[in-house]
Amino acid sequence: MAYTPQMIESIRLVEASRERRYTEKHPRLSPAEKQDLLRRFHPDFRPDTMRPVKVGPSRGSMMPHELVDILEARSRLDPDTFPLDRIDYDVDVLVVGGGGAGSSASLMAHAAGANVLQVTKLRLGDANTMMAQGGIQAADKPNDSPMIHYLDVIGGGGFVNKPDLVRALVHDAPLVIKWLEDLGCMFDKEPDGTMITQHGGGTSRKRMHAARDYSGAEIMRTLRDEVRNRQIPVIEFSPAVELLSDGEGRCTGAVLMNLETKDFFVVRAKTVILATGGFGRLHVARFPTTNHYGATADGLVMAYRIGANLIFLDATQFHPTGAAYPEQIVGLLITEKVRGLGAQLVNVHGEQFVFPLETRDAVSSAILRECHERGTGVITETGQHGVWLDSPMIEHIHGEGTIQRALPAMFRQYKRFGIDMRKEPILVYPTLHYQNGGVEISDDTSTCIENLFVAGETSGGVHGRNRLMGNSLLDVVVFGRRAGVAAAERARSVKPGRLTLEHVRRYHKELDEAGIGMGRVSPMILPSYARHEARPGANSVVL
Amino acid sequence: MAQEMVRVFIMGKAYEVPKGLTIMKAMEYAGYQFIRGCGCRGGFCGACGTVYRMPGDYRVKVGLACQTIVEDGMYLTQIPVFPANKATYNIEEMRPTLGDLVKMYPELSRCLGCNTCTKVCPQELDVMNYMAAAMRGDIARTADMSFDCLMCGLCAARCPAETVQYNIAILARRLYARHIAPRAQHLATRVQEILDGKFDQPLDEMTRLDRAELERLYNERDIEPE
Repeated sequence: MAYTPQMIESIRLVEASRERRYTEKHPRLSPAEKQDLLRRFHPDFRPDTMRPVKVGPSRGSMMPHELVDILEARSRLDPDTFPLDRIDYDVDVLVVGGGGAGSSASLMAHAAGANVLQVTKLRLGDANTMMAQGGIQAADKPNDSPMIHYLDVIGGGGFVNKPDLVRALVHDAPLVIKWLEDLGCMFDKEPDGTMITQHGGGTSRKRMHAARDYSGAEIMRTLRDEVRNRQIPVIEFSPAVELLSDGEGRCTGAVLMNLETKDFFVVRAKTVILATGGFGRLHVARFPTTNHYGATADGLVMAYRIGANLIFLDATQFHPTGAAYPEQIVGLLITEKVRGLGAQLVNVHGEQFVFPLETRDAVSSAILRECHERGTGVITETGQHGVWLDSPMIEHIHGEGTIQRALPAMFRQYKRFGIDMRKEPILVYPTLHYQNGGVEISDDTSTCIENLFVAGETSGGVHGRNRLMGNSLLDVVVFGRRAGVAAAERARSVKPGRLTLEHVRRYHKELDEAGIGMGRVSPMILPSYARHEARPGANSVVL
Repeated sequence: MAQEMVRVFIMGKAYEVPKGLTIMKAMEYAGYQFIRGCGCRGGFCGACGTVYRMPGDYRVKVGLACQTIVEDGMYLTQIPVFPANKATYNIEEMRPTLGDLVKMYPELSRCLGCNTCTKVCPQELDVMNYMAAAMRGDIARTADMSFDCLMCGLCAARCPAETVQYNIAILARRLYARHIAPRAQHLATRVQEILDGKFDQPLDEMTRLDRAELERLYNERDIEPE
């Protein structure tokens, strides 16, 4: 699967310019240049990718077609006939989701003395958290402060982030790093214990903490191990498919579906935390995605039906460096850390075209401009466009062995396909990475629906229109913990409520009146890649 | 141009699939919709451990379905879950010693040194030798050598001594990070400052700044050199 002769020809040019580029610093974009670049090339500004949603509390808001399709859809449950008289689980706090946010929430709610049930669609730990390679931000060095971190977050987000959420994020950041250190999370450290920190796109201080290039995996497996140690009940392969309400605007539980038996189970809960992750697997604008198999926006659908607001969902993050070659791994994430360590982006002629650590939206747009306007990208034999990420520069700067030491996962991945990224550059193209927006929350993760809390990628506002690297691992732990604390606290004063699907009935009525959503059912639960289901005319949403 | 196909046997049933696909994509091509055996699809989560054999070869091979390319004649099945023994412990109260490790996992000493675990590890970790380090009580080395473990469970599935290498390894890593690696002093200092409320007022002030002021501060902020 090594490179084709045509690609090797271009690689020679990349090699030829490497020594010169070693000292060449590509200028940063001015604010005006950046705006222009985004307007002309970022998919968020393409008119054909979105439409306004016609029903629900955020009606009129622009969102990607793929999301609107599942919002303008019917429940799996018939509110007129679904039996809610048998309660299968009766708990204080129901946590929906098995990733970093859900597991942090479970641990904190359990520590606060609540009777917790955690449910998840796949296995505990099957989540984007597990895949985050680059790191987690926290202003814990003497030359840094939460205020500087605040400025980076809000500037990266386009100055529209919700201030109270940004404040919570940067305020809690060192606290969660300490919490994770105490749990035995193996961060990269100097021999004296000092955290090794790097820059990421859009950071003004080196505050990216990492655990080699398994940062998210290390955090996730530590949290998962601790959830198991605490013997918190977890039900796997049993996603929530609908929330329950008391008919008066409060959330009172959820209905689960056992994916293997297709049986439904009713959970009565004093408070519910939704931490179901984002929408990567909806393949917005038909981009490939870095996201894990279960990222199908189930939480957005359920929260919206019960009446929560959705914000910033017209802002999708495309990670500038998804794999573009070989074909088998197209869309997979090439962590920003590769650029953080000094690898530059270069075109088919071996020339730089963007400062490598601009914010992700700007770098993505610059790559799209290179490929589709200037025609200076590389095109593979399957027609995939891409530009070079000059990984050998890393060893040129930091010495031999750096890649295997700092990027073992990625080195291994490329080696499987016969590419030695220490010696050859790798081909990249933007890939759908992150749902910037989501359910509107307050800084304690509460929503406009009483007793419903939302944390992690399902929520929106903290990152504005664009999240910075290292702030999503931070987001899931910060707001997961806050959700656990707040939901447990609230549960102490809540009496178990009536269980109804009134809100679903109302939502269906709204759909009927708008004359839309016939024949569509959501949440999607799992994407459908099985070939027979991809045939024209087949229902793409089975289960 | 006709696509070049290979024949694979998924749980004993033959399918023709395009050459070059991963096992995961080949199974989807064959019509499977995964519920189990599929997670991150990127080699990080260990959900898709797969065992297979090639024709004319008695040896059982393993790989992650999302990372392994199908070959003609491959005879495969997934092992999406393995009933592994997992101890429960309070990491804070434990000591990073052989004694505490063995208390949690007495079967540790049953290792036969057969090296099967190393041979099956899809991450190419030297599992047997990190287990040897654990048996010497060298927690730091076990932690370091096992760091890239995805906990897919294939080692435990094949272990004749019935040890669960990956659960022993995560305990070693947590013990190392909690009790052996020096704590980050700058972090402890910053946490104390936060708990003392040192940043509350300046942060409150920042939340009240208007957009123009934020933009000015952002565009003028100094950036730490690479």
